[in-house]
Amino acid sequence: MRTLLFLCTALSVIALAAWAYRENHLTRQAMNEQRALNVEIASLTAALRIQRAEWAYLNRPDRLRELVDLNFARLKLVPITGEHFGEIGQVAYPMPEPRSEVVDAVEVFGTFEHLAGTLPEPEALP
Amino acid sequence: MIRTPLRPLASVLKARESGENPDLIERENRRLRLEADRDRARARAETRLLALALIFMSAFFVLGARMALLAATEPLEMSRGFQEDISSARADIVDRNGVVLATNLATHALYAETRRMVDPARAARKLGEIFPDIDVPRLEARFTDPARRFIWIRTRLSPEQQQAVHEIGEPGLLFGPREMRLYPNGRMAAHVLGGASFGQQGVRAAEVIGVAGAELYFEERLRDPTQVDVPLHLALDLTVQATVTEVLEGGKRMLNAHGATAVLMDVHTGEVISLVSLPDFDPNARPAPPTEGEPADSPLFNRAVQGYYELGSVMKTFAVAQGIEAGTVTPQTMIDTRGPLTWGRFRIRDFRNYGPELSVKDVLVKSSNIGTARIMQPIGAEAQQDFLRRFGLLEPMPLEVSEAARARPLLPARWSDLSVMTISYGHGMSTSPLALAAGYAALANGGRKVTPTLVKQQGRQVGEQLVSPRTARAMQLMLHQTVQEGTASFARIDGYPVGGKTGSADKPDGRGGYKKEAVLATFASVFPAHEPRYVLVVTLDEPVDTTGSEPRRTAGWTAVPVSAEITRRVAPLLGLRPVRLSQADAAFELRP
Repeated sequence: MRTLLFLCTALSVIALAAWAYRENHLTRQAMNEQRALNVEIASLTAALRIQRAEWAYLNRPDRLRELVDLNFARLKLVPITGEHFGEIGQVAYPMPEPRSEVVDAVEVFGTFEHLAGTLPEPEALP
Repeated sequence: MIRTPLRPLASVLKARESGENPDLIERENRRLRLEADRDRARARAETRLLALALIFMSAFFVLGARMALLAATEPLEMSRGFQEDISSARADIVDRNGVVLATNLATHALYAETRRMVDPARAARKLGEIFPDIDVPRLEARFTDPARRFIWIRTRLSPEQQQAVHEIGEPGLLFGPREMRLYPNGRMAAHVLGGASFGQQGVRAAEVIGVAGAELYFEERLRDPTQVDVPLHLALDLTVQATVTEVLEGGKRMLNAHGATAVLMDVHTGEVISLVSLPDFDPNARPAPPTEGEPADSPLFNRAVQGYYELGSVMKTFAVAQGIEAGTVTPQTMIDTRGPLTWGRFRIRDFRNYGPELSVKDVLVKSSNIGTARIMQPIGAEAQQDFLRRFGLLEPMPLEVSEAARARPLLPARWSDLSVMTISYGHGMSTSPLALAAGYAALANGGRKVTPTLVKQQGRQVGEQLVSPRTARAMQLMLHQTVQEGTASFARIDGYPVGGKTGSADKPDGRGGYKKEAVLATFASVFPAHEPRYVLVVTLDEPVDTTGSEPRRTAGWTAVPVSAEITRRVAPLLGLRPVRLSQADAAFELRP
């Protein structure tokens, strides 16, 4: 009985030692990983900062103003003034949706390419 | 040690005589000895147990205290900067909408370790090619000086320059990581931000420290390791700031002014939405402080905060407000304005003759010096000082820039009755545009004191009640009438009714008199006039309007049109809907 007890104790000590050894190495590994992650976080944070700084630099008011001036012919952007505010009365009441009445339906086959030349260009539409 | 014998002869003999068993004596003594041994052993064991318990207890306490300490401290994120004592981390500064105004950027510094250098002469020559401002012979002399082992060459390198230095291939030239302060918007809000530079330098990092403006004022907050990731939200609005700068720059150029400044402030929260001072500078390359000439002419000088000037008639608003608050006059009271008003050797004149008498309202609308002097005469010096002090005009106006505490108003050494009269129309006492804005804000928000602030606020300030809401409302109406009928007629803008007061002050010539042709033109305005939300102060230094047949210098021709253009552009950006003038008039009639 006593021998069995001794044996059990010895075995459990060995098992515990093995567990502690493994745990120790896992901890070290985790710490290494954490260090690597911290370095990665630091570099990503730095990259993010650079992106943010660059974004802010590209969006600086002076540059935007120059871009607006350069592209005035296309965009026709002007500074907002009081005249740009509308009143609720200026918004047209939505028209009732016209009921679709299909008259003289024609079945069409083929792709849009086949229609080229038969329809007016989109710009010509009023 | 003397031991008691187990069989003492005397006792044994005596026992034998009396026929007793002497063994009993021995046994008795043996028992006593055993008992003594046992007691000693127990005492020792007890001491040991106690010591052991004490050791365990202290170990537990140490562990517990350490755990409590760990639990109570703020967690820190590990990063490259923390390994050295010098931390280069610094929080970003953003505007009220989160747009970056100042941020840190990783860069590199260049240094040399002379012991590891292979060819110092070639390295110096090549460096001279990359950096044209380097003195090559001097650098070479320093490279070869045996007393030097370590030399800083550049604090900041661009990536191109770094690559070029790499290509020299000199093992003694090394790079140290640096954080650089970057202001992506260039000159925008330069006076608010100030600038930054390097403090303590190590090889691996260097402190980034603020040198002026908000950067210096918030030094601790920006470098606090627990708040480095939290950007500092200023009250500024970058879009508004850019617009104000653009318009003010145009106005300054057109009117040939030396300098110009504008302060736009929320009347309820005290938030400074925009603060511009021209000429300005680039905080990325902050110029050195001037060594000669007037410091006030330097681009570093913040005219809005440090520029305490005699602002002239804009101060009449406070005189009239005090008169109405004291109950000595109402807006309809008639004031004798026959001039000149003589006081000892001194004569007070008006810009032109306004006839024998004017109502208090017209004194403000037409800006009569004699009128305000007469309003203040019965009130006296003490009450005037008290009134201006409560508005904060006698002390430096606080603001979260490092320069604010250094400038202070100039006040008369002896506050005589004459001072009372001249101060009533803005001469004899200096005020900064910022302080003026804060004063007008108090009148515009219903009479409560507001302290200007650069930090984004959550709600309105509830300050001391300086004047009654009735007085404040009367002043708002009179400021509105000044624009509609009086000296500030150029401030009439479609959609945004403005109330305001002009001021054209002759600049002091430094010899106790005033310059004839140098004027400081100021326009202090509130908008929308009937329900003020913002106060705008525009000051131009020596502007001249040369579009007419003769040069015009008064604020009505210079500061007012500039201010009007700012209001026209900025009000929609602030989310104000345009209203008709009749709506404003109706609001005044509804709530006089």
